[in-house]
Amino acid sequence: MKLDNSKKLFVSGDEAVALGVRLARPHVISAYPITPQTVVVERLSEMVEDRSLDADFMHVESEHSALSAAMGASAVGARAFTATSSQGLLYMAEVLSYCSGGRFPVVMMNANRALALPWSIFGDQSDSLLLLGSGWIQCYVEDAQEALDMMIQAYKIAENSQILTPFMVNLDGFILTHTYELVDIPKQSQVDDFLPPFTTPNKMSLENPMNLGFSSTPADNLEFKYQQHQALLNALPIIEEVDDEFGDRFGRYYGGVLETYQTDDADFVMITVGSITGTTRVVVNTLREEGKKVGLIKLRYLRPMPEEALLEAIGDAKAIGVIDKDISFGHEGTIFTNVNSALAKSSVAIKKHNFICGMGGRNISKNDIKEMYKLLEDSTKGKDVPAVNFINLNTSVSEVE
Amino acid sequence: MKKTKDMLSEDGTRPVKQEFVKRAHISEYPTGPGFTAGHLADINAGWRAFRPIIDLKKCISCYKCYMVCPDGVIFKIGTKGVAVDYDYCKGCGVCANECPVKAITMIKETLD
Repeated sequence: MKLDNSKKLFVSGDEAVALGVRLARPHVISAYPITPQTVVVERLSEMVEDRSLDADFMHVESEHSALSAAMGASAVGARAFTATSSQGLLYMAEVLSYCSGGRFPVVMMNANRALALPWSIFGDQSDSLLLLGSGWIQCYVEDAQEALDMMIQAYKIAENSQILTPFMVNLDGFILTHTYELVDIPKQSQVDDFLPPFTTPNKMSLENPMNLGFSSTPADNLEFKYQQHQALLNALPIIEEVDDEFGDRFGRYYGGVLETYQTDDADFVMITVGSITGTTRVVVNTLREEGKKVGLIKLRYLRPMPEEALLEAIGDAKAIGVIDKDISFGHEGTIFTNVNSALAKSSVAIKKHNFICGMGGRNISKNDIKEMYKLLEDSTKGKDVPAVNFINLNTSVSEVE
Repeated sequence: MKKTKDMLSEDGTRPVKQEFVKRAHISEYPTGPGFTAGHLADINAGWRAFRPIIDLKKCISCYKCYMVCPDGVIFKIGTKGVAVDYDYCKGCGVCANECPVKAITMIKETLD
């Protein structure tokens, strides 16, 4: 199917990403295919081939090289894009910290997928959550429209002179990458007005020869790390500004760092990341009809961690639940750890429960989410609910007598 | 920030050590580890155990040593002969090994 820039197209999440990338006019795309990201780079290579996208498409032999090439392109002042998933993202891990430490604002799409072993091509968020500390901005989207829109916003945020930090846009594997929906395609001229050409002080040029990406002794190393940390914190207000401006121009606002749904008077608030938000929103509607005071926080960014906005959104809730499609083995879900830290630093003492589910592509049903809300309510009524709960295990895990 | 050409010796053959003034505020740091090319903040030859000595009477100006030096510390003197920048020479001895007329000898460094 030809992906022209019609006003509306019925496309998959992966295709929406490709359309968004084309509108952002990257100079260089380097990528290695991996399920369920493959369609993104297939479509982009077709766009380069049919000249609807004026970019260099670099075929590389691995993910490590894909990001290395994108970083190199960024280091000469080019706008670069790459995409990956799961084991591919982990294979890139070394280059992730190079790219963020070098302050090269590459944008990458990651299709969230389970990690081996057991080998699985299905979705969960273990891959990107493992790399939260890599110095990249991490955003998680709920649907194909948001995926397309975030490709455009991502460059605007990453390339901001106060930020200059690479940006990872995460889509749940298959649930988002391979399902189809009607997507509104912004006009190229409107995107051009919104997203200025990339400029950076941090590039190789003949006019100003620079030594880029050098080593640093203990005497200066910490200062560079501090600067990187500060750049990510600087991103918090700029994410809001960019989202507002995007909304004003294109008619779609995403709430900036997070979106709240029915939280104002909610006693029980679920915190979701990515596509599970949609299902949870439906459950909130059902439970509200039953008179339950439930709400939902869709956490859109995990780095920078929007602690202040999160605390404000939690407000006077009696209990919160965190859905994690991952587990940091021997501890708890990674998102739970991050949310808990924000609460602990502000001495907020409410009931907090972690729901580990959806790993390796396991379905999370509306009933599962209802059950989670029920556990939150039980907990506030004095019932003993564990902090970390595996939801929807297919076998008994109770102790054998 | 200085330009690269301002960081060379008067005859333009060698980079000159530049004092790196510690920045008083984080905002004065470069964005990430990048800085004007050619800025050498330290001399770097502390671990040299053997020092290459060039006998210019034997030197035939073939510039083989100039080509093979891994640290780029051998430089041409005018149109004939070469010299070593001992501030940056690590004493690897590749030049002495490659010299076709044995004009370079490696002499043990002493602590005086």
